Amino acid sequence: MDPEPFEVGHVVREAINILSSSRNGVQISEALGTIKCYLGGTENQAPLKEREEFTRVHFSAFLRGLVSNLSPDWIELLTSDQQKELWDSFFLEGPADQVFLVLLDSIISMGPSFCLMKVISILEQFLQTGGMSALMWEVCHQQAQAGLPTFQETLLNKVVCLPDHLCNKLQGNNLPIFFPQNYFPLLATEIIQVLQRISDSLRDGLDCSISFVSQVLGKVCMHGRREEILKVLVPRLMDLTKVDCIWQRICWRLVECVPDRWIEAVVCGFVQKAPGADVLSRLLGNLVVKNKKAQFVVTQKLLLQQYSYATAVLQNLLGYLALDSLRRYLLIKVLKELLETWGSSSAVKHSPVEQQLYVSKAILICLSHLKEPEIESNGQELLTSMMGGMKCHLDSNLPRVRRLGMIVAESISSRITTDGPCLKFQYEDDDETRELKSLQQTALLQLPVTDLPNAGNDSPSATPTAVSKPSGNPHPAAPAVPEEGSDLELDSDDDLIPYDMSEDKELKKMKVPVYIRDCIEVLTGSEDMDKWEATMKVLESLIRRNSATTREVSMELAKVLLHLEEKTYIEGFVELRKRALVAVTITDAVPVVQYLTSQFYSLNYSLCQRMDILDVLALAAQELSQPQASGKNKPRSTQSPCIQTVPGSDSSQNWRRIVDERIKSKTRRLAKGQSLVEPACGPNKFSSLAGHFFFPLIQNFDRPLVTFDLLGDDHLVLGRLAHTLAILMYFAIHTVAAAAMGKSLLEFVWALRFHTDSYVRQGLLSAVSSILLSVPSERLLEDMTDEFLETQSWLADVAEKDPDGDCRRLAWQNLLLMENLLKKLRSVPS
Amino acid sequence: MALPPPDPQFVLRGTSAEVHTLHFYCGGQEPDYPILFSGSSNGLIHVWNLKTRRVDTILDGHGGKSVYWVEAINGRDRLLSQGSNQQICLWDLAEGRNTVTDSVFTENVGFCKSSLLKVAQGHWLMAMPGKDLDEVQVLELPSKTSVCTLKPEADAKPGMPMCLKLWQPDFGSCPFLLAGYEDGSVILWNLSGGKILSRLGCHQEPVMSLDFDSEKKKGVSGSSEEVLTVWSLDEQQNLKVQKTHKLVNAGIADVAIRQDKKILATAGWDHRIRIFGWKKLKPLAILNYHTATVHCVSFSDHSRPSERLLAAGSKDHRISIWSIYNQTSGALHCSLETRKPD
Repeated sequence: MDPEPFEVGHVVREAINILSSSRNGVQISEALGTIKCYLGGTENQAPLKEREEFTRVHFSAFLRGLVSNLSPDWIELLTSDQQKELWDSFFLEGPADQVFLVLLDSIISMGPSFCLMKVISILEQFLQTGGMSALMWEVCHQQAQAGLPTFQETLLNKVVCLPDHLCNKLQGNNLPIFFPQNYFPLLATEIIQVLQRISDSLRDGLDCSISFVSQVLGKVCMHGRREEILKVLVPRLMDLTKVDCIWQRICWRLVECVPDRWIEAVVCGFVQKAPGADVLSRLLGNLVVKNKKAQFVVTQKLLLQQYSYATAVLQNLLGYLALDSLRRYLLIKVLKELLETWGSSSAVKHSPVEQQLYVSKAILICLSHLKEPEIESNGQELLTSMMGGMKCHLDSNLPRVRRLGMIVAESISSRITTDGPCLKFQYEDDDETRELKSLQQTALLQLPVTDLPNAGNDSPSATPTAVSKPSGNPHPAAPAVPEEGSDLELDSDDDLIPYDMSEDKELKKMKVPVYIRDCIEVLTGSEDMDKWEATMKVLESLIRRNSATTREVSMELAKVLLHLEEKTYIEGFVELRKRALVAVTITDAVPVVQYLTSQFYSLNYSLCQRMDILDVLALAAQELSQPQASGKNKPRSTQSPCIQTVPGSDSSQNWRRIVDERIKSKTRRLAKGQSLVEPACGPNKFSSLAGHFFFPLIQNFDRPLVTFDLLGDDHLVLGRLAHTLAILMYFAIHTVAAAAMGKSLLEFVWALRFHTDSYVRQGLLSAVSSILLSVPSERLLEDMTDEFLETQSWLADVAEKDPDGDCRRLAWQNLLLMENLLKKLRSVPS
Repeated sequence: MALPPPDPQFVLRGTSAEVHTLHFYCGGQEPDYPILFSGSSNGLIHVWNLKTRRVDTILDGHGGKSVYWVEAINGRDRLLSQGSNQQICLWDLAEGRNTVTDSVFTENVGFCKSSLLKVAQGHWLMAMPGKDLDEVQVLELPSKTSVCTLKPEADAKPGMPMCLKLWQPDFGSCPFLLAGYEDGSVILWNLSGGKILSRLGCHQEPVMSLDFDSEKKKGVSGSSEEVLTVWSLDEQQNLKVQKTHKLVNAGIADVAIRQDKKILATAGWDHRIRIFGWKKLKPLAILNYHTATVHCVSFSDHSRPSERLLAAGSKDHRISIWSIYNQTSGALHCSLETRKPD
């Protein structure tokens, strides 16, 4: 047998014995010195074989012995130099993996004591002196030979969870270096160092395994610390891979070796952190092609399932796919899948608008990356999915969704039809549409740019426009230049600030009719457009001034106005007509309202006319319910905050604002008493009419006509109807009919509560709010207990599960209102 | 968002006829109050007290025929008024009198406003349309002697004079006359020789009104078309167009440059008063109050810039008074304002 193993083991055991039993400082330091020889690095080293033997078999045991003997009086046997020289050096110079394990094990097992503090300070030194890189290097090195999987597993756990362990142990006394926000960046720099050593050894022709480093990276990312670690790692790697192909290979390998279960976290982190698609491509290489899991994450999860990432991330991701010919087939595949989602009517109906926006952005970016031949070969497919998608987007009741559909369809059509006209929609530009449109261009610009971060891409596109503007119209500047003394005049008018001049319109010189009967004549028969226009403009004020005459012809006038078409373009025609109708309705309420409500459910009206009827009823109700000031002609301001002019966009907001104000006014009354300014008083004219407005409207909604099917395709009108009923209900507060109205409105809500259209659901939720605010709470709880409770549980359901954010908010608000009602009722009897 | 244009500071009602001309007299010291003279289509001249905002006196001297020019001469006690009864009357308003002391028969049936220029203490020149249709006559006041008769050559055919502006480059130097004619041209006359110095065809339609800034040698004219033209006079006494501004609606009845040469006001047939920066003709405001054609605009000659008002008289029988762009730094104003055209 080989004598050495026995000998080394013997020496170590002896030393441990001396350490544990002896009280003699000299003896102890001698024993430590003997063992120190096995570590090497000193002048009198032990033979190589013995050293290997020691580090492989005895080192951990020896360290444990050292730690277990540690106590204040024992350590005092050594001088402080000796402590550093002999005790500390075992930890700082010995094999890092074993040292680390022993240190952490002892920290975990020890209670608070002197010994613990000593070990922790050693660990701190260990970290500060680059122990982690030594450790990882050690493992990588061993792995090249074949390491022990369980040992590595433990080590990995300990490395990643170090902040947790120390935090648990030390609680409030934790050292800053162990804080996650400090530890993981440190770990990242150590990783870079290990990679550096690996690259050096690769250059020397030595083999090296990187997988432990990958595992560390993966596990850290998985533990939710990817922000901290990648913050340091990505910029460094970006610099290192810029010129060096070995570094690129190392980096690709680093990501490839991350185990599958952690690859998602790593890839997401890289995609988010990389400042541009080219950098991402450098860092990840063709990972998506090689690794199925990564491919799934990139092509499915990040694009179709999640939608919280910024646009820059999308640009990175899709730019990355576009940059290499090996990955381009994925870009096309992704585009097809995105279009499928975009064009699926169920997705349009059921997924949140934010996600739809995200998908639309992704499609636009994809399109901008596609090249002509690729588009040509897929042109037919693109066209079909565009047509389908456009249809279901335009069907939506939400203007935002419609606009998304328009923009995407426009962009697809402009790409597939190279010559000839392409699709063009009319919509108003806002920030969102501008951002979307800019995506089509910026991505194109981005490709040739090699190393600029995103922010840089905007400036080259912005500067040419800025430059071309002044040079584009030199005309106004030219006459000013030759003028003598013009330099004095250049800044002369600056102190005179212009007023708003938007009112400067062309003046129409046309005799305006003075009598209402003349107006009817003009509106029905006249071919003179100027006269017609002038009539439209004065009609409202005429009606309001001559209420007696209006009453004589109210029905006729209402009929004419309802059927009136815009023969020639008049600015604000819709508004003018609506206001005139409102005026008629107010002057002669009962017959006109009866007429309008009956026409709402009759044949041969366009959806637009039906919605106008709803608008007019809502506005009239608002005006009637408001206390009128002493003068008979009301100021126009009461009408300008239109309740419901554009579907979806403002109405719910406006409506909610009214409710909010209402709630606010209530709470204020409780808090401050009568400190409010006395509002104008007057009888509520709406109170006797509420029924006329409300019941005919709610009666027939479930009876489909040939041309009008509220429960079928015409859900936009249904949504408007729900909103209008909510408004009527709201204005019916303090009226006799309120309780009956509330009851039938609750039934209406109950019947439609699972409607698929979110606009309809919003209307229903608004209706519930109105009921809660307008119906006296005793009636609500005594006469409609069942309905009340059922609604409550439905609301709870909506508040939790509805895909539409507005619906959820409204439901919460309703629940809150209910809660308050119940609270108030409970407090009354006591 | 720019501020909405201001409302009138106050409105004078009660002329019960279209207001054709306005003239401020605000130069007097306390206890004299600022006055506004207005001439209307029923032949009456109203003297408004701007302190009480009421009518002080009503002068009736044109036999019910429309008054289209009034101007104070020699302080507030003397007033010249021109009416379509072909008379230019000189009123004595001192010490509560209101009598016509003198009058000139114009022999002209047009509605061209006369123009007055003070050439020396107690001496004025007055340009008025002459007997022949295309003739302008210049009289010396108070002697009423004819200084010259300005008649274009036979082949020029500019039509009737529509508006006149007498001016002189420096006090005491030879005066010039700028006249706008029916054919849309503006002619610069030299009074001493009775010769045309320059003729500029700057409008397609009759020139309705013009005003001239003798410091910058730059003038503005408005016509019945929808263009406002700014022209300048160069060293060789040639008029040339400097800038035109297209209006939304056609028809400028009157233009007036404020005495401090900062802003320009126009009276529009579209019921609106427009304010421009004078230097670059930058549109500044649209004052929308009147419900009918605005016939005339006039700036007050308040000595303090902050009190300076703008008045506009309209077909709707009202005179609107505005306070606009007079809150700027005062020092500059005063220096510019020392000399004003009479």
